[in-house]
Parts: sequence; structure tokens; C-alpha cells
Amino acid sequence: MSRTTAQSRRREAALGYAFIAPALLLFGVFVFYPMVKTVQLGFFRVPPFPGLPNKPVGFRQYRQVLGSHDFRDSLKVTVLFGLYTVPAGIILGTGMALLAHQKLRGIGVFRTIFSSTVATSVAVASVIFFTLLNPQVGLLSYWLGKVGGNGILQDPTWALPAVAAVTVWQNLGFTFILMSAALQSVPDELLEAARVDGASAWRRLRSVTLPLLSPTLLFATVIGGIAAFQAFGQIDLLTQGGPINHTRVLTYYLYQEAFLRNNDGVASVLAVALFVITLVLTLVQLRLLERRVFYAR
Amino acid sequence: MPARKRRATAVRAVHYGVLVLLAAVVLFPIYITVVNSLLTPEAIGHRPPSLFPTHPHGSGYVSAFRSGHLAIYLRNSILVAVAITVGQLVTSVLAGYAFALLRFPFRNALFVVFLATLMVPYEATIITNTHTVTNFGWINKYPALIVPFLATGLGTFLLRQAFLGVPRELHDAARLDGYGHWRFLTRVAVPLARPAVAALAVFSFLGAWNQYLWPLLVTNTDRVRTVQIGLRQLEGTSIQQINVTFAGTVIAAFPIFLLLVLFQKQLVRGLTAGAVKG
Repeated sequence: MSRTTAQSRRREAALGYAFIAPALLLFGVFVFYPMVKTVQLGFFRVPPFPGLPNKPVGFRQYRQVLGSHDFRDSLKVTVLFGLYTVPAGIILGTGMALLAHQKLRGIGVFRTIFSSTVATSVAVASVIFFTLLNPQVGLLSYWLGKVGGNGILQDPTWALPAVAAVTVWQNLGFTFILMSAALQSVPDELLEAARVDGASAWRRLRSVTLPLLSPTLLFATVIGGIAAFQAFGQIDLLTQGGPINHTRVLTYYLYQEAFLRNNDGVASVLAVALFVITLVLTLVQLRLLERRVFYAR
Repeated sequence: MPARKRRATAVRAVHYGVLVLLAAVVLFPIYITVVNSLLTPEAIGHRPPSLFPTHPHGSGYVSAFRSGHLAIYLRNSILVAVAITVGQLVTSVLAGYAFALLRFPFRNALFVVFLATLMVPYEATIITNTHTVTNFGWINKYPALIVPFLATGLGTFLLRQAFLGVPRELHDAARLDGYGHWRFLTRVAVPLARPAVAALAVFSFLGAWNQYLWPLLVTNTDRVRTVQIGLRQLEGTSIQQINVTFAGTVIAAFPIFLLLVLFQKQLVRGLTAGAVKG
């Protein structure tokens, strides 16, 4: 009996390893190996002429890149981009979710409309606004009185806010869906009890609904922050980082170094920085998730 | 209380007003894109601009498919997105089942390894991964677009959670009936976890369909380009063909609109997976 138990245990273990093997292999090749290799590439300087070997420089390249104006500027642009996109997106998305949460005639239509931008990818949204902002034929350029000459996307002051606005619009559907789902988990009895107690609509929102939404609001803030550090498509399609690097977010800078300048050394340092920043944000997010699971029980 | 009733009506009117205003802001870019896709380039450039397709014209769509290679891009996107979705479902179901219902040494440590992948942004791995894919000889080939994305830490996590919800008694009963793990997985566990599987499927498809950076790096011919990268090509075409660009964006967004209409529930669950419920 004990012999067959041991045997069946071994078989179960073998099956377990077989089941996780495909994913583990893929993670090894496409996630863990590149991460280690990227850290290592950061220690080597790419020669100015192709054909020469990479030169080991220890931490010097890390220090130089992370201390450079280019890196700091792109970090500043990225944080600014996050500040333009995250609060605006969350406020709009939450507001729309609150407005659409009422039992009103035809509210289903509004819900569908408010969700609709999830059907647009970053590329779809960017190309739509690129054409609408075209200084010659763009409708928005016409309405904003920016016809001819430089368009909004070529204006150092307005390029980043414009890219941010496109991003907010594109993400609105997702934020709306996220906040609507969270609103549904707010118990009606609680709101009803507050109403019976004479709490005004504003008071119910501030003292009941928003506190109960706060975990999801925090979650949306964190993933919005991470998304700002991973923003690429809208930059590539709308401004290519310009004018004069005013929209060069971190991931776009990394792309420029790696694939337009073929400087894997500098690009790898940027990739490691991107990794560390995302890691910190993700850990915050996981802490929040943990807390929420605890709440739910 | 007529005053109170009047006030309620006024509040409702304002409420509708704000809803309509927001709906207009959200919809306008989509609406005008559809309108412009049906106009001739001259009509699009006309001032004041036409906000209705008074003389609808299909030439934008015809050109998008003929000279814009939209059919090829669409085929590639569908192929890649379906392959990634199916692959992610298979690897996540298997790994999720193992982590939830099988016992083996180092199970928890290995699960942490899976979760650790969630902390690596793929943008940070592109430098080495393009080298890897080049060494494999996959540039301009489908495997480059598909294989790196066949496993997902989030998917494994979600399905493990779902499988943990399968009642233990069901498992024991199935064992007594002589069900092996494989049969239990396919006949009992997966059907019971269907909501999670469906949510992951929609989430995976959407993610794969919307990919931009990676396909840009590993493809440079129309034959294998996806729709998103195709849009980049269309964006670069001249103003004389601007209606083709608009038609292209409509075509690129259409499959996901369809998905939104057909699978709204799964889409909502997929998008909010891990967010609201933890």
C-alpha cells in the first residue's frame, strides 16, 4: 500500500512538472534570461564603430547614463505624462461611472458609449488624432485655429498635453468599466441606510461610495503610473519624441538608443531603470491587492 | 410638493445633459473617423468641414484593401492573436491546474517564480529578445510574433484561483470513479472554471491584438505585419489619401468592436480581472 502511494505521489509530481514545464521554459527564454542579459549588457560600452568588441566598463556606464541630462529629462517627461494622464483619466472615468450607475431610462446606451473606447487600440486612437490634428486638413486643428504652420503636435508647449489627452481618451473605456464594476460592489443597503439617515447625495458619495471605491481608485492609479512608464505607441505615432525631446518618455528613449542608434549598452541601462521603477510600482500594487483580498474575506 | 418635484425633474435634466455631453466627447472622434472614411479627400479638406457623409463614398475602403494591404494585415493580426490566445489558455490551464490541485516539491517556490514574471515589463526585455529572435531566424516570421507571448503569469494566477474554487469533494469523487488527472482537468475542472477561462481568453486576445512595440521590432515586410503596424504605414501616406487612413482605422478597430458587442460580459470580467476581486 505505502509503495503504491509513493508511486502515485511520484506520478503526481511528474505530472505537475510536466504541466508547468511549457510556461517555465518560455519564461526562462523570454523573461528571465533577457533580464539577466540586459543587466550584464549595461556593463559594456558599445564601440563607436561597428566591428570593434564591446568594452567592459563596470558601473561607469550605469553612472553616466543615469546621471545624464537626457535620462533626467526623459524621466521628467514620463512623470509629467503620468501626472497629465492618471488623475484626469481617473476623475473622468469615475465621474462617468457614477453618472451611469443611476437607474434612468436609456442608461444602457450611455454605458455602451462610455465603454466604447476599449475597442480602440493605442495605434487606432493615435492615428485618429494624428489625422484630426494635421495642420493642413485636421478638423481639430481647424477648430482650434491651428491651421497651417506648425500643428499642436509640433508645439513644444502643447505636444505632451496633446499626447496625454489622446491617451486619456483611449483609456477612458477601460477606466469606466473598471470603476463601474467597483461601483456595483457597493451595497445598495448601505447607501439606502445613509439616505434614510438624511445624508445628502454629496454626503453619501463622499462618506460611503468613495471610501468603498478607494482600493480600486488606488489600483487604477498604480496601473496608470506603470502604463505611463511603458507608453510607446502614442509617442511613436504622434510625435516620435519631439519636438526637441519634449515628449520623449522613458520607453521611447530606450527604443531610440536600442534600435535607432544601435547602442545596446546605453539602452540596457535604461531598460534596467525601467525595470526597477516598474518593480517598485508593481510591489505597491501587489500590496494593495493583498489588502483587498483580506477585505473581501 | 410640486416644488420638490420640479427640482427632481431639473436634476434629472441636468443629469441627462451631462451624460449627453460626455457621450459626445467620447464618441466624436470615432464618429468623425467613420464619416471621414466615407468622404473623398477633397471633401475632408473642405472648409467649413462636413460633419455628415452627405455623399458617402466607398473608395477609401477599396483603396485600404487594395493598395493598403489591409486584408493581409487583418489576416496576420487574427492569426497572431488567435495563436497567442489559444497558447496562453493552454499553458495557463495546465500550470494553473498544477499549482492548484497537484502536489510536487518546490510548488510554492515555482509559483513565486511565475508571479515574478509579472514584475518584468516586457519593454525592459526587448533588447535581448530581439537578439534572441534574430538568432532563431524568426525575423519577419510568425513565431517571432507569437512564441514569446505563449505563457502568462497573470493567466496562470487567475486560473489557479479558479481551480482552487473547485470543491475538494468533487476531486475525491472523481478519483474514486477512476478519473485520472487529465480527465478530471478536461471534463470537470475546466468546465467549472469557464468564466475565468473566458475572461482570460478575451483579455489575451485584446492584448495580443493591440500589441504595437514588439511587432514593430521584429517585422519589416507587409507579408507579416499586423494591423497596428499597418496603421503606422497608413499614417505615413499622403494627404491625398487621407480617407484611406481613416478607413484603415475603422477596419482595424472593427473586430474589437464586434468583440465588445458579442462578449461584453466576458470583456468586462477580463479587463477587471485581478483588479476588483483581487
